[in-house]
Amino acid sequence: MYTSGKYSSRGPALIPRMKTKHRIYYITLFSVVLLGLIATGMFQFWPHSIESTADWTLDKRSVHDAPLIRLPVSSPIPERGDLSCRMHTCFDVYRCGYNPKNRIKVYIYPLQRFVDELGVPISSTGLSREYNDLLSAISDSDFYTDDITRACLFIPSIDVLNQNSLRIRETAQALAMLPRWDKGMNHLLFNMLPGGPPDYNTALDVPRDRALLAGGGFSTWTYRQGYDVSIPVYSPLSADVEQPEKQPGPRRYFILSSQTAIHREYRAELERLKEENGEALLLLDKCSNLSQGAASARKRCYKGQVYDYPQILQESSFCVVLRGARLGQAALSDVLQAGCVPVILADSYILPFSEVLDWKRASVVIPEEKLSEMYTILKSIPHRQVEEMQRQAHWFWEAYFSSMKAIGLTTLQIINDRIYPYAARTYEQWNNPPVVKWSSVNSPLFLPLIPPRAPGFTAVVLTYDRVESLFRVITEISKVPSLAKLLVVWNNQNKSPPEGEKKFKCPECTAIDGLSLDQTHMVERSECINKFASVFGTMPLKVVEHRADPVLYKDDFPEKLKSFPNIGSL
Amino acid sequence: MQAKKRYLILLSAGACVLLLSFLGGLQLPAARSRQDRSRTGHRPDQPWPHFSDPLHPFVPWDHTDTEEYNVHVSPRQKRDVNTSVYKGRRCRMDSCFDFSVCQRTGFKVYVYPQQKGDKISESYQNILATIEGSRFYTSDPGQACLFVLSLDTLDRDQLSPQYVHNLKTKVQNLPLWNDGRNHLIFNLYSGTWPDYTEDLGFDIGQAMLAKASISTENFRPNFDVSIPLFSKEHPRTGGERGFLRYNSIPPFRKYMLVFKGKRYLTGIGSDTRNALYHVHNAEDVVLLTTCKHGKDWQKHKDARCDKDNAEYDKYDYKEMLHNSTFCLVPRGRRLGSFRFLEALQAACVPVMLSNGWELPFSEIIDWNTAAVIGDERLLLQIPTTVRSIHQDKILSLRQQTQFLWEAYFSSVEKIVLTTLEIIQDRVLEHSSRSSLMWNSHPGGLFALPQYSGYLGDFPFFYATLGIKPHPKFTAVIHAVSPLVSQSQPILKLLVAVAKSQYCAQIIVLWNCDKALPAKHRWPATSVPVIVIEGENKVMSSRFLPYETIVTDAVLSLDEDTVLSTTEVDFAFTVWQSFPERIVGYPARSHFWDSNKERWGYTSKWTNDYSMVLTGAAIYHRYYHYLYTNYLPSSLKNMVDQLANCEDILMNFLVSAVTKLPPIKVTQKKQYKETMMGQSSRASRWADPDHFAQRQTCMNKFASWFGAMPLVHSQMRLDPVLFKDQVSILRKKYRDIERL
Repeated sequence: MYTSGKYSSRGPALIPRMKTKHRIYYITLFSVVLLGLIATGMFQFWPHSIESTADWTLDKRSVHDAPLIRLPVSSPIPERGDLSCRMHTCFDVYRCGYNPKNRIKVYIYPLQRFVDELGVPISSTGLSREYNDLLSAISDSDFYTDDITRACLFIPSIDVLNQNSLRIRETAQALAMLPRWDKGMNHLLFNMLPGGPPDYNTALDVPRDRALLAGGGFSTWTYRQGYDVSIPVYSPLSADVEQPEKQPGPRRYFILSSQTAIHREYRAELERLKEENGEALLLLDKCSNLSQGAASARKRCYKGQVYDYPQILQESSFCVVLRGARLGQAALSDVLQAGCVPVILADSYILPFSEVLDWKRASVVIPEEKLSEMYTILKSIPHRQVEEMQRQAHWFWEAYFSSMKAIGLTTLQIINDRIYPYAARTYEQWNNPPVVKWSSVNSPLFLPLIPPRAPGFTAVVLTYDRVESLFRVITEISKVPSLAKLLVVWNNQNKSPPEGEKKFKCPECTAIDGLSLDQTHMVERSECINKFASVFGTMPLKVVEHRADPVLYKDDFPEKLKSFPNIGSL
Repeated sequence: MQAKKRYLILLSAGACVLLLSFLGGLQLPAARSRQDRSRTGHRPDQPWPHFSDPLHPFVPWDHTDTEEYNVHVSPRQKRDVNTSVYKGRRCRMDSCFDFSVCQRTGFKVYVYPQQKGDKISESYQNILATIEGSRFYTSDPGQACLFVLSLDTLDRDQLSPQYVHNLKTKVQNLPLWNDGRNHLIFNLYSGTWPDYTEDLGFDIGQAMLAKASISTENFRPNFDVSIPLFSKEHPRTGGERGFLRYNSIPPFRKYMLVFKGKRYLTGIGSDTRNALYHVHNAEDVVLLTTCKHGKDWQKHKDARCDKDNAEYDKYDYKEMLHNSTFCLVPRGRRLGSFRFLEALQAACVPVMLSNGWELPFSEIIDWNTAAVIGDERLLLQIPTTVRSIHQDKILSLRQQTQFLWEAYFSSVEKIVLTTLEIIQDRVLEHSSRSSLMWNSHPGGLFALPQYSGYLGDFPFFYATLGIKPHPKFTAVIHAVSPLVSQSQPILKLLVAVAKSQYCAQIIVLWNCDKALPAKHRWPATSVPVIVIEGENKVMSSRFLPYETIVTDAVLSLDEDTVLSTTEVDFAFTVWQSFPERIVGYPARSHFWDSNKERWGYTSKWTNDYSMVLTGAAIYHRYYHYLYTNYLPSSLKNMVDQLANCEDILMNFLVSAVTKLPPIKVTQKKQYKETMMGQSSRASRWADPDHFAQRQTCMNKFASWFGAMPLVHSQMRLDPVLFKDQVSILRKKYRDIERL
């Protein structure tokens, strides 16, 4: 200990006393080291960009390269979903662990192509464009981990978005073969079109043990509240059709029905409503003269007149979203995008993301049985509410419906909020559109409380140099009975504050006393105000014309009976 | 020496090289592994690749489900099928509730008449009394949307003295039972030692349950209602306020986390409480358990009992409750415990450790804003978790506990009304409250959705939505004396008010027995004057929510009020800053008369006030709706019979909603005399009984509200330069100073 101390104390004088030869030697040595360090630094940046382009080219791979997995006929089948599953019974929270960022880690299984023993694939479409988008969005997000051992949530790459294209039994077998399946614990499946003819179950029919289901058509009987996540049915039109955002306000039509797959009984009901209310209702159907295909999905007709879909949705205040064979309808997404208030008629339907979204502010839900009263019900809604709903509807679409990425990440955030509820996103964060977030005022002291007088108050006096006026303030304020504590903040770094009790004179102080009258001072303060307003993005200050006085202030009343007789007398 | 120097330098150079290689080394393997991955392609731990091939959309264009659906059964049949299939544990509103009755008559609740010989606990009496006193009550079962039993179902623990026997047959014999359809059953305790099941011991059929300690497993979402466990001492109305008197910043208290309660040695509900001692640190985390419960606890006592019991006795529960930031609420025998409400009232943020408990009123309350939902499996992480919560969040959680306590839990009445309002929201779905209305001040019991579905129509949400109230007001003049002369005060008042730049229209409410004066007798004004003839000519009609009132602000006036245009203008600008409060001129005060043990009313000029009379006041039009639809007819009838006290009742109502005093603005001084009735001989203010009646009213109102809602204020709002020593020409509201 002693020696090392001695050397280090001599350190600074070391180099000047060295011989020139040595000095050159050491300088060279250090330069080499320095150069090396720089080179390392460079290496860290350059190869990165090179590498990522390499990644890009290399990653342009085909789904057909994915390994082929053959499912034996006898391969085990998971049990049907357990309706009593809840996070505390069917979800292994230990896998998520304590996490300072309060963020779950999500693992995605690599793509595999499952076939049965005869080599027939388990799905007619294989990986769909939408599921691929969803998985790449998740893998690009903060949730993603490539380390299966650290994952809290597992997402199979088996695409079950549309049950119609699946072979139920084989898909279930494929799920059970996943290396970490473990009775489906902590596995998440995404499904938008559940069930099939003739009954159209409201949840995916694939047996899936305890896996969580993000489903697009849950009814109150299949939805496991607090466990499953209700998601929208994605509408591919949103990606295809560019539409300028339309501001909330009155529109040409009052109610629009644009769905093509409406049950004939309901269509008859709508026709009846149209007869009664005329022009306010626009009732569209598919165009009979157009051939099937992508183009026909973009057209709607009424008595031979052709309308562009989804653009026509922007022309109506309310848009009907009726259940079809399934409860979840892709039309809901189109309607929201157009800022048209959805009128949802789908009994027992669990609305998308209803765990966090306040649908009462963006939609009107009417029981199917009351379809005939729809017009009266909607007419009773105040205009300003309709406008707020229009804005809210469009915001929901933009934030939570607009892409597979939005749908996927919202689902993960909901699950994340359940696992770390104390760090969950708030109602306001979920539901307030940006314009409200900017303009709303949420005081951190929101509880209407009138504090008692007993604890009194603390006076904080900021002072720089004006000792005399400081003492004057202290003397005056210390007379106040409810003063609990007086805190002086000395703001002059070059001078120590005056000693406690000792009074001292400061002749030069009086000179600065007129500070607030100074012209430059006012100019500076105006500049401050402008600067602050520009940083806040708005002027938060508000002008009022009132001032608080005691009740009997300056009243013709005996002064001695007033609580605060001295106010206003300088 | 030289050699040593050289070594030293070599050493430092070596260190540099090491550092360099370390840095490089750190980078290289990472880079290499990344390259490896992209080359080998199918390693399991790679991010999702970019596929180059065109993929199919998940739903083909020509694949609509039209065809299959149209051949399918009619939707009506499908609904009927649901109704018959989903019964019992799968009951939902769609399958086990008959909406048709409610649509005919609105949301009315019928309570079965009590039979002689039925013993009913005090708590259940309170529940029934609340329903019978509420605006939902009907005595006609034909009008009822919801039925409530007069059989006490609160305590279904067979070992309890309150347990009602033969409930099964009694219920089955009820003529209106109808398999429990549209019935609501209240329950606090079910099951018994050792497993405490949630079975009530009789078949509830299709009835809804309002039950405490209900588990998510048995809870039927949007059908049952989870209610809090409350003790038999829980007050029927009013109830204590929350314990938070003021906010302290930083919000930390002496203890971080506390718990004091029983530890069960046998039977269910012991696991979590048995493990609490692991987390107890006797400093800021104080979790205490006692083994003492029941007669024979010593038979089951374990090794820890003596130590735990000793520690338990060292602390006072009340002291801990009031001085802790967080309070642990672990499950007991049942999922819910009294600790929950105790913590909520004490502004001690509850930390829930009761997996699978469907929290009280979970359908409408966002508990994440007022509690920390812990997981029993992660008990050991709880201290770290609560410590990680930012102080801003603690401040907000704590305030929310107080809001929720006072809005929904502080009395049996609030718990019952909340339950009924939740069900009403389901029944009248398209006019139901949004989550914001339930979870922010003043809460769902005061924000009635039938008034409007638009939040901006209420006085409470302007700041939250970032909007402002309508920039004009509607004056409502209450006329009771006939129009005989053109110099009558009402005409002067009409002219003065009409001149206000903020006046949108004037409504004259003709509550005089004489016929309406001819149209030409009213002065010509620039704003429309609408004369409405009061239907029954009763006092309460001045607070009816007239559809003609289109502005948010109402300026309520007596016919003999004397006000200048300036005064009206100023009062309205003040109201714009306080749209949820009553802003006006003549102020009055209440006080507790300890000799007579009752509330007193005073009109003396004092240093404070708690009421602003509605003879000259501005307030939000929502209060007209609330006055008419929230208050019970008993109080409104009293006002109408006395033709007095309507202004006091309005002040009670608004202060009960806002928990704040009204706001007095400055006035010209002749006003007082006028109010006391010297200018108009017919004025009710001249009546000597008038004052005595007002005392009586105060006490009647206070007893209905269950507490005194009025709050005193010492503040008056004056124009900024009011009576300041500056030129009168610089003052905007100079007329207020001139006499």
